[in-house]
Amino acid sequence: MNLIPLFVVVPLGAAFLIPIASKIWKGVADWTATLSTAFLMAFSIFVIKFSGETILYNVGGWKPIGNIPIGIAMVMDGLTIIMLLIVNVVGFFATLYSINYMSHYTDKVKYYTLFLLMIAGLNGVVVSGDIFNLFVFLEITSIASYALVAYGVEAEELEASFKYQILGGIGSAFILLGIAIFYQLTRTLNLADAAVVFANIGQNPALIFLSILFLVGFSIKAALMPFHAWLPDAHPSAPAPISAMLSGVVIKVLGVYALVRIFFNVFGIELIPHTMVIFLVLGTVSMVIGSFLALGQSDFKRLLAYSSISQIGYVLFAFGLGTPLGYLGGLFHLINHAALKSLLFLNSGAVVYSTDTREMGKLGGVSKKMPITGATSLIGSLSISGLPPFGGFWSKLIIILAAVEKGYYILAGVAVFTSIVTIAYYMKAQRMVFFGKLSDVTKKIKEAPILMCISMVALAVICIGLGILLIPYFKKELLDPAVKVIEGGIQYSKMVLGD
Amino acid sequence: MIVFILAIILFLVGLYGVLVKRNLIKMAIGLVIMEYSINLFFGLVGFREGGTAPIITKGLSESAVLVDPLPQALVLTAIVIGLGTTALLVSIAVRIFEKYNTFDIRKIRKLRG
Repeated sequence: MNLIPLFVVVPLGAAFLIPIASKIWKGVADWTATLSTAFLMAFSIFVIKFSGETILYNVGGWKPIGNIPIGIAMVMDGLTIIMLLIVNVVGFFATLYSINYMSHYTDKVKYYTLFLLMIAGLNGVVVSGDIFNLFVFLEITSIASYALVAYGVEAEELEASFKYQILGGIGSAFILLGIAIFYQLTRTLNLADAAVVFANIGQNPALIFLSILFLVGFSIKAALMPFHAWLPDAHPSAPAPISAMLSGVVIKVLGVYALVRIFFNVFGIELIPHTMVIFLVLGTVSMVIGSFLALGQSDFKRLLAYSSISQIGYVLFAFGLGTPLGYLGGLFHLINHAALKSLLFLNSGAVVYSTDTREMGKLGGVSKKMPITGATSLIGSLSISGLPPFGGFWSKLIIILAAVEKGYYILAGVAVFTSIVTIAYYMKAQRMVFFGKLSDVTKKIKEAPILMCISMVALAVICIGLGILLIPYFKKELLDPAVKVIEGGIQYSKMVLGD
Repeated sequence: MIVFILAIILFLVGLYGVLVKRNLIKMAIGLVIMEYSINLFFGLVGFREGGTAPIITKGLSESAVLVDPLPQALVLTAIVIGLGTTALLVSIAVRIFEKYNTFDIRKIRKLRG
């Protein structure tokens, strides 16, 4: 499989093609963006068949000497494939949705350029096999999303973007300092090679310092609870398709994926003391406080943003349990949340498109006028609240079962309780926005344009259908290889470099 | 060892600037100081006592000590990334000034909690 770089090259190429080609014809932006993201989606579905293997690609043909890699490496394994699938599927539907939605705004060309750069960065973070390239792609994603958050250039958007940039910048600085110490300790940047070196040096104070730097840096990117301040401003301020990407994909790839890859596969959970406890605490705190803050919101998109913090907490909590069942639950919840939160943000975008307001108090009865938006948002809300038979129910069930299996009864109880709070605030949002009497604002509205409806319906179908991933035939293809990668810990280096 | 500690102190100075200053531009400067202290740190990581430039030329003995060139390449990349983030940060700060007519973060408060 020598095609791994295509995940980065295609969106990057399209991003540079769009501003040049649109000098000739404006319509080229829509087409290039849609076709390239459609290709990426098809390609990410195609690579599922390699999910059992670990594929190494040496950029520029710099083959490893003996067992020591010398060039830039790209690695694709089970975990990578799940993340690629999330990025590119959500990316495609967000692009489809943008065609109508972004006609509200002035400059579509720059929008698509930034959007594709963001996708290139996300794919790059996921496939990169060395820590410095991970950082470079992380910064590409971050810069693109800073600019996209400020896209409306109104006072609120600029303020949100500035806040995001300051906190994101601190996070990036911590990660970069961490990389410097990482290199000082190991004299290598390759993740697989570093895993071997870390296992040999064993515990030392520099490693603890390094792990704290990474933990803080990536937690800021993931918006875990003590580091979440930017998220509730940045995610609602962005245009709806970007909110969908940010909440559905970016915080997971830059935060959770990077944390899991580095702490499980490179350091190994035995090497750093209390990794699991830290994950559990961060996860539980985000889960509980995020859901309570969501309960008090009056702005529809802010409510969804706080809910993202809470659900990311669930994912990290599941990884922190440290059992195969926990990993399965975490990964499955990650997939579910990507689908349903991007769906819900697209719904909120459709509401804003028609009514021009996000205040839930001013809305009401939207379902009567916009039946497709109403129905799909109901599916998303029921799924995230954990009602059967939607995907969200199964993933929460697995997480809670894993907590019980491990003997953490109180934490399992907390997870159940948070799930109930989640139902409460989603029912509040449904009642205030989609049901009830028509308000002055919602009397004259129409259903959203056709392409927006298509992407919402498609994501709703995915939300309903995700439960089938647990059927053994599909589980064996997608979830099991990823669980094996995480469970294998520092065996990762053997998988990548060979024995 | 002392230079490493100085680089970390510079990093903390930058962090202090970002966290404590109330002026948007000063916050941006704090972030830049953080970035540059890390670049300095990277340079120190690659340094070897008595090393020369890692370029193979005539007259370079087999046993010559060379500094590690990899961190220098990383610093180069990090500087370019830093340029991108700083340019965006400052341009957003300028747009905020156009909207609010102030750089003071206490007066820029349309978003709550």
